[in-house]
Amino acid sequence: MYEGAIQDLIDELGRLPGVGPKSAQRIAFHVLAADPTDVKRLAAALHRVKDLVRFCTTCFNVAESEQCRICRDPRRHDEAICVVEEPKDVVAIEKTGEFRGRYHVLGGAINPLEGVGPDNLKIRELMARLSSGEVKELILATDPNTEGEATATYLALLVKPMGLRVTRLASGLPVGGDLEYADEVTLGRAFEGRRVL
Amino acid sequence: MYVRRLELVDFRSYPRVVVEFEPGPGVFVGSNGVGKTNLVEALGYVATLSSHRVSTDAPLVRIGAQRAVVRCAVVHEGRELLVELQIEPGKANKARLGRAPTTRPRDILGALRLVLFAPEDLSLVRGEPEGRRRFLDDLLVARQPRFAAVRSDYERVLKQRNALLRTAYLTRRVKGSGGDLSTLDVWDAHLAEHGSRLWAARLELTAALAPHVERAYDAVAAGKGTARVRYHSRNETTETAPQELEKVLAEALKNGRPQEVERGVTLAGPHRDDLSLLLGEMPVKGYASHGESWSFALAMKLAAYELLRAEGIEPVLVLDDVFAELDAGRRERLADLVGGAEQVLVTCAVDADVPARLRGARYAVREGEVEHG
Repeated sequence: MYEGAIQDLIDELGRLPGVGPKSAQRIAFHVLAADPTDVKRLAAALHRVKDLVRFCTTCFNVAESEQCRICRDPRRHDEAICVVEEPKDVVAIEKTGEFRGRYHVLGGAINPLEGVGPDNLKIRELMARLSSGEVKELILATDPNTEGEATATYLALLVKPMGLRVTRLASGLPVGGDLEYADEVTLGRAFEGRRVL
Repeated sequence: MYVRRLELVDFRSYPRVVVEFEPGPGVFVGSNGVGKTNLVEALGYVATLSSHRVSTDAPLVRIGAQRAVVRCAVVHEGRELLVELQIEPGKANKARLGRAPTTRPRDILGALRLVLFAPEDLSLVRGEPEGRRRFLDDLLVARQPRFAAVRSDYERVLKQRNALLRTAYLTRRVKGSGGDLSTLDVWDAHLAEHGSRLWAARLELTAALAPHVERAYDAVAAGKGTARVRYHSRNETTETAPQELEKVLAEALKNGRPQEVERGVTLAGPHRDDLSLLLGEMPVKGYASHGESWSFALAMKLAAYELLRAEGIEPVLVLDDVFAELDAGRRERLADLVGGAEQVLVTCAVDADVPARLRGARYAVREGEVEHG
């Protein structure tokens, strides 16, 4: 145990995800030894993130104004909405450059074990967006696990009667990898989902 | 495959021991409590990452030691592979395959394939259905590793669906009404989808296993009735294809919904199924003698061994404390049945209990040491 401020810092850092007691201590002493202007910049960034960042009123991605950058962009089309669980999924899909439509961030997935039901997700808001009639396709890009699949099925059942095209991202082998290095679960699923050429 | 060398450090009663093996039969002889079973338990741990005797790791480490190490050289189709496992209670196990550490201990699964029969396996016959379901599922995964995913997907969906039903049930009890079941249709669909895959796989496995069980029981019990195994589901059907079973299961969930909502738990699905064991037309549980029950349990393990072998996976066979339970005639028949195995390891207290057919290498086990004799 250290005294006063340094221990407070270690304790606070230790509460962050992915930071164990050893890392917390290392970061704390790094901060202590760092240039005061660097530390001030970090402190200011921490303050700003809480003061300035909000959630986009349309898609619930992180934003600095009423609407996020993607929702404001007039060059993107409104015909397709890609539904994801978290803002970080938006970033991942944006990196591909494949998608020029809009997003909708649910804020999680249906998970009864953790008490998350449809009412805890931004599903009502999604339905409101779809009712405008401009959207032609809904792309379900929730995680390929039990909860993500359940959320995708739930949305598909909900949206199908509206006559939209509903699609789900494919799952299978990573590109550029060797077949032999794929784990047996992924490879087994890719086998099941094989297609005719 | 066969085990060529086993080294234990601080495992159970052994501070350090090295045993060299050859293909074919190997017999561990020693009086009760000197540590014969500890040797085969260590092999079982490398093969399955769990002990057949205890559910926690603490008893595996010698009293006073920090961690136990099991090192094993396995020869498969002429190639030798080193497997090392470090067991430290309260921490994640560390494993090495060849010379390299593995990222996850479960990467060593498959390096040593083993079918082990021990006195504890009597619970396959006498115990709860859960043990028989585990027997089937473990064998499924041994035959086709992708069933590990089918099994865990099903368990996850089941857990989520049960959580939903239970939360709604508790809400109703507290408030008198309500409870959000709006996603139940979704969980029904997923439960039927994953459940039917597991169901279909178990049905197929049971069909493949049945002739082996009959033959093995006939050998160890010498013609006292025909041993049969039959997959038993509450939703009895003649269908076997996953697509058809999915419909059956979906229908059962639909019809059973009022009852499930009432009780707050999932009542239909392969997690409620069982493997019925029959001698002639009579169920083994409740009707069979101790000897018959024991022979049936042995027959199931031997059948699993024969099935894997027939499909090109030649596991090591381990028979822990088996021969003392058998009369002379049945000993000979069992020896004939397993004598052709690439490697069969046997433990016994009395040397003379093991038939001449299995007179391969002999190991004298004494307190904390093993001597090749």
